[in-house]
Amino acid sequence: MSGGPDLAIVGAGPAGLAAATTAAEHGLNAVVFDEQAEPGGQIYRGIESVAAARNAHLAVLGPDYAAGLELVKRFRASGAEYVPQAAVWQIDAGRNVYYRSRGDVRIINAKQILIATGAMERPLPVPGWTLPGVMTCGAAQTLLKSTGAVPAGRFVLAGSGPLLLLIATQLLRAGVQPAAILETRPNYRAALPHLPRFIATPGYLRKGLAMLAQLRKAGVPFKRGVRQMRILGDERAREIEYEWRGRRERCAVDLVLLHQGIVPNANLALSLRCEHEWNERQRSFRPRLDAWGNSTVPGVLIAGDSGGIIGAKAAELSGRIAALSAACSAGRIGLDVRDRLARPLRRTLAHHLVVRPFLDAFYRPRQETVAPRDDDTVVCRCEEIRAGEIRRLVTGQGCPGPNQMKSFVRCGMGPCQGRLCGLTVVELIAECRDVSPAEVGYYRIRPPVKPVTVGELAGLDLDR
Amino acid sequence: MPKSTCDALVIGGGLVGSAIAYGLARGGAHVELLDEGDVAFRASRGNFGLVWVQSKGVGVPEYQRWSRLSAEMWDGFAAELRDATGIDCGHEHRGGVTLCLSEQEFAERRRMMEQLHVESGETRFEYEMLDHAGLKKLIPSIGPAVVGGSFTKYDGCANPLYLLRALHAAFIRRGGRYVGDSKIVSIKAAPHNFSVAAGGRTITAPRLVLAAGLGNRELAAPLGLNVPVRPVRGQIMITERVRPALNNVVTLWIRQTAEGGLMIGESREEAGLDDTTTPDVQRTLAARAVKTFPFLRDVRVVRHWAALRVMAPDGLPVYEQSPRYAGAFVATCHSGVTLAAAHALRFADHVAGGALPAELARFSDRRFDVQDSV
Amino acid sequence: MFRILSDAGGATVAVLIDGRPYQAPRGCTAAAAALLAGESATRTTPVSGVPRAPYCMMGVCFECLMEIDGVPNQQACLIPVAEGMRINRQHGKAAVQP
Repeated sequence: MSGGPDLAIVGAGPAGLAAATTAAEHGLNAVVFDEQAEPGGQIYRGIESVAAARNAHLAVLGPDYAAGLELVKRFRASGAEYVPQAAVWQIDAGRNVYYRSRGDVRIINAKQILIATGAMERPLPVPGWTLPGVMTCGAAQTLLKSTGAVPAGRFVLAGSGPLLLLIATQLLRAGVQPAAILETRPNYRAALPHLPRFIATPGYLRKGLAMLAQLRKAGVPFKRGVRQMRILGDERAREIEYEWRGRRERCAVDLVLLHQGIVPNANLALSLRCEHEWNERQRSFRPRLDAWGNSTVPGVLIAGDSGGIIGAKAAELSGRIAALSAACSAGRIGLDVRDRLARPLRRTLAHHLVVRPFLDAFYRPRQETVAPRDDDTVVCRCEEIRAGEIRRLVTGQGCPGPNQMKSFVRCGMGPCQGRLCGLTVVELIAECRDVSPAEVGYYRIRPPVKPVTVGELAGLDLDR
Repeated sequence: MPKSTCDALVIGGGLVGSAIAYGLARGGAHVELLDEGDVAFRASRGNFGLVWVQSKGVGVPEYQRWSRLSAEMWDGFAAELRDATGIDCGHEHRGGVTLCLSEQEFAERRRMMEQLHVESGETRFEYEMLDHAGLKKLIPSIGPAVVGGSFTKYDGCANPLYLLRALHAAFIRRGGRYVGDSKIVSIKAAPHNFSVAAGGRTITAPRLVLAAGLGNRELAAPLGLNVPVRPVRGQIMITERVRPALNNVVTLWIRQTAEGGLMIGESREEAGLDDTTTPDVQRTLAARAVKTFPFLRDVRVVRHWAALRVMAPDGLPVYEQSPRYAGAFVATCHSGVTLAAAHALRFADHVAGGALPAELARFSDRRFDVQDSV
Repeated sequence: MFRILSDAGGATVAVLIDGRPYQAPRGCTAAAAALLAGESATRTTPVSGVPRAPYCMMGVCFECLMEIDGVPNQQACLIPVAEGMRINRQHGKAAVQP
């Protein structure tokens, strides 16, 4: 039908913004939908507000964050349409995009779709992780970016991954100090083969060492090789307990910030039946894509972290590459122009990806953090299903996979639709069956991927 | 290839197969239940969860009787499963209402109920037609557009997923062997001697039950059984958990689960093997739901799924023993929850005994044979 | 659990959190406002009634479900505060208006 955009982009993070800008440059009518009130996704969350009203925080948050401002400015100037506070809850086979925005439900038909829904924190299920006062490191970073808020009281960072160091140093610059950083043991041996290329990449190692130095200088206790964490408290988190160097220790806390890397935010792509495959290196599922970001569903592209974790700069480039492909598919540029324009982008993208094998290997989550050993650990937060119940159904009843598991115990049936339990359920089943998660598969995700009221569905304007 | 034997081999681990398998194991047989993998069509996972009598078998009193028998056995059946496994199937037996949103619907419904009553003979099918005022007393949240409905005390509901889980658990407790990821490769048949190759093994048994839903069509043919089932898609939505809103009454097509979510059903579509959900049906279901219960307007839908009913041309179950290969049975229906009790507590015994009774003759596959005109 | 940095700018918006007035930073989300106001739990679960609080702050975990201006089960971390907004704890299952 006429009137709809050439390219509907879901997600206003680096991939979505860059794609929209590039698409508009080549004459495509592009629309970006995003749930937040401002562009930037998670990594550049609140960047316009920070630049406008809390400029001093740009220094607190660091140059990598500030770099997003340019990207957002170019997007704003690009002519691409931007629909903030829009939750896309369904995309149907005809590429109709269904979204709710500020109380209204709308449908638009797009000629092509680009999913750029980015990443989310990998769940870190430890006993007590559902208590008030336990959040992700990303959540704390979001509060700093979007609101200029910092933890009050005694807080601890726990887990592993580059974000742990980053948020710690950002908070230090903001004037607050974690009571401790509890890092689970990285994979030194697996990462070793990739070390030379990591060291050879300018900036990364330097940045990491600088962050460690800042923490050391501030006197932040940094405990490496922490295992078997549990969070204690009855109505809220009061203590974190862990094993370190053979001893069990406890630390009083008001707030625990967990982190164990990030994984693709995949529900929208899954609901479209884009095929996904197990990514052993990143220990998560990623969509099957070609070199342009085309998924297995015609007319649907995926770019950025939701296609597999690549980082903000790489996400931008993958967004631009996907937009070039979309422009070519729309007949705006020929194949050779597309390829010519993509070449330098691919070179830069490859450069940004050089560090990934090292990071992926070094920070690959350990078995005990993806499949909690303590059977009492809540796995599905929404339905309050524990690890033991899931294990028992595999070993006692031969439950083969997450969909049967879901139907038997309700894991994945709550409001979050498996976002926080899916990977854990898969890993638990894989561990009990002694097979790879690739063989276990993932939940069948269906729309609505965000809630929509019965009344809104009843009033859908489908005959346009 | 590893070989094993058992007393009875059931193919299909859905509601029909597991109920029969459980019934056979309960009777003391050593049973193997072969099932597909985690991703399969699985009508059992898409079920609305009714234990329903009032709409069954208009013009076919045998079906009405069979459904009612099963519904009556359900109370004891639910208790039996709970005692055996600790799993509560959420069975409720308080009667049910079929809601009518127009005078025409109401009149047609009344006609249907009266016909069931007349055809019921000794078993005396009793019903009540409630007008809007009568219905409002029963379910205060009903909307003004609801003209009325038919009520019978025979109806109820259960959680189909917990039922399946309980059947599997009870089956295993009785010594049954459940094997997943076992797509059938071949069946070698002789009277009272069946060898099935599946999942890298061969299993031999004197009794074979085909309960593989849509898969029955292909599996049954070499055994001389005619099971012309086709998929009929049904779409259902479920809402967020809300406080009790329907006064615990089960209605067609909206009921509240024990957890608090409201189930909104149910479409009937000829869509082939396509189990994707569609926006037009979404809208139709939602519109009717809001018309029926206006409060639903502001309640959020959290999930919408589709499943493929296993439908015979006349909508009735198919139960038959192979005339050529005695000991091989087929069982298929699209009311796996309602008939679960009868499947477990009656049909399984018939299979074990090697003969189907006269009361089930109406469901023979011979009804599909092309009649020669004389 | 959280506090505003002194150099975060002063503009605020008056909201009510479980009936108590609070001056929320302009532009922050309802979930952030609740945390800044000192709430530890923002809901109790419909399954077992245990207290929960926001976890991810990005719309993925659905732990921040609160009643906003009378509408239950809203993801509070996705709703920017507005003048007079009523932000209430979600107690178990959502109530319906029959």
